[in-house]
Formats: sequence, C-alpha cells, structure tokens
Amino acid sequence: MRPRNSTSAGDDKIDLQMTPMIDIVFQLLIFFIMTFKIVAQEGDFSIKMPLAPASGPPNPNQLPPIQVRLTADGSGELAGIQVGSRPLGRDFGALRAEVLGIIGNDRGPGSIAENTEVELDCDYNLNYEYVIEAITHVSGYTQGGNVVKMIEKIKFARQRPAG
Amino acid sequence: MRIKPKRDDLGNAEGDMTPMIDMTFQLIAFFMVIINFSEAEVSEAVQLPSSQLAQPPEIPPENVLTLQLTANEEVIFGGQKMDVQQISGALSRERQILQLNNTPLAEVTVILRADRRAKTGVVQELISKCQDVGFERFALRAQQDTADLN
Repeated sequence: MRPRNSTSAGDDKIDLQMTPMIDIVFQLLIFFIMTFKIVAQEGDFSIKMPLAPASGPPNPNQLPPIQVRLTADGSGELAGIQVGSRPLGRDFGALRAEVLGIIGNDRGPGSIAENTEVELDCDYNLNYEYVIEAITHVSGYTQGGNVVKMIEKIKFARQRPAG
Repeated sequence: MRIKPKRDDLGNAEGDMTPMIDMTFQLIAFFMVIINFSEAEVSEAVQLPSSQLAQPPEIPPENVLTLQLTANEEVIFGGQKMDVQQISGALSRERQILQLNNTPLAEVTVILRADRRAKTGVVQELISKCQDVGFERFALRAQQDTADLN
C-alpha cells in the first residue's frame, strides 16, 4: 500500500473551526451590550468644614464671608434668595451678578475672589437641588466652553431648626 | 461518458465570515473601552442634582468615604441602609479602621451623594455627624449638566 503523501496539493488548506470562536465572541458582545449603561458624568463641589476653627494665626487677607440666605416654602421649593440684607427674588442669575459685583474681575493668588468665602444659610426643608444651584452660581460660570471660577471657599451656616 | 461533478461544487456554499467577525470584534472593543465598573457606590435610589460646573476631578482623592442620602432621608453607607441618627456608629467604626491604617481623618474626603429632593437640613445634619467624628473635607456630588451656564 502506498502511503498518503501529506504534501500533496489537495491537503494544503487547513480548515480552522470558527464556530466556537464566533460563539464566544457573540456571548462577549451580548454581555457588554447588556451591561452597557449610559451614565452622566458626576462632579464634586469641595467644601472644607472643620468642626474646630483652624489653628494658627488667622489669614490677614481673609475677608468676611458673603452671607447667602435661601428660604423655602412649605413644600421645599425655593421661596427667595438674599445676599446680606438684599433680597434677589428667586433669580440665581442675580445671585451670580451680586457676587461678581462684590469680588470684581480680579482672579488669581491674593485676589478678592480667593480670599472671600460664601456662607450658605438655608431653611431646613429646602430641597437640596437649590443648594447645588446656588453653589454653582457662586462658584463660577462657563464662557465659550471654559469655566471661569469665582468663589471656591464655600461653607454652610449653622443648621436651622426643622419646621 | 457521464462526467461526475466535483465534490466541492455540491452546494457547499460558505459565506465569507471575515467582515462579520471584524465588525463583531470592533463592537467588543468599543464596549470594553467604555464599560464602567466603578459604580459600586452608586445607588439608583439617589437622583443627583445637576450642575453645569460639576466636573470630575482631575486627580481623584485617594481616601474617600461615600455617603448617599435618599429623598426619604435614608442614608446608604457601605451598601447598608440606615437612619441619619445611626450613621455615627458606622462612621466611628470607619474612623477606627482609618486610624489602624494610619490615615489621618483630615485627608479623608467624604463624598455626599444626596438626592435632589432631600432636605438641606438633613444634609447639614449628616455633615455635622461627620464633623463630630472628625471628618472635615466634604465633596457635594452633582450630575454634570452640559447646558451652557451664561
């Protein structure tokens, strides 16, 4: 009997088994599609609130804080904004303009914006979204896609009683 | 004489699989790149307030504690739901762990993920409980809103 010649032209083509690979690839694809979830980006507003006042000598350049008062109606909706003793209605744009009027356009180290702090005094039942809205409007604004920072030091005033 | 047909011509028509496999691999690569596994501390029960200036930090803080506050004043901490009044015990235990690891509390950032409808007073109460334990750095988390703030 003549042995089969393995180098003959008809045996050159090696058939790869594609089916298991395609199976696993599709399973992977289904896994990724099922676990895919569009999540909006999240960001933070940093606040530093030590219980005890900072030790060491106070910063001589530190300006008195800008008092922002946020009042709520019975259902937790915003009733009014007040900067110092000046009422601004419910307009957050006016809050930003007021803060800009105080700090001016000077930015950078040693500027008024850097040495000024905002103190938020909010009603107990005010919906938290208005606090974030207020923080957003005192922290800065976007101009042509760039963020222009205003005040970065933000703290809460003493908590108001419920009711 | 009858001509026998070749074996290969007997209806064994194979489609070209290459474009399909190429496409599938590209899809897998796309999903692998965008998949986000860092959602362990994100509860569906919390609807964050949105803000145009909320941007992910360039350098994420090293030591973080995440507290989540739902609209009905439940705190979610370490996957457990509890009342605001019960959080002090959990925070104290966390402080002990941090102290064992020689991590100063002043370097720990408490991330507050509070629901947009939560009462501000309760958020402040939560901050106050954290302050009592010794934490002093807080990050109020908000969802990024892409609308232009002008």
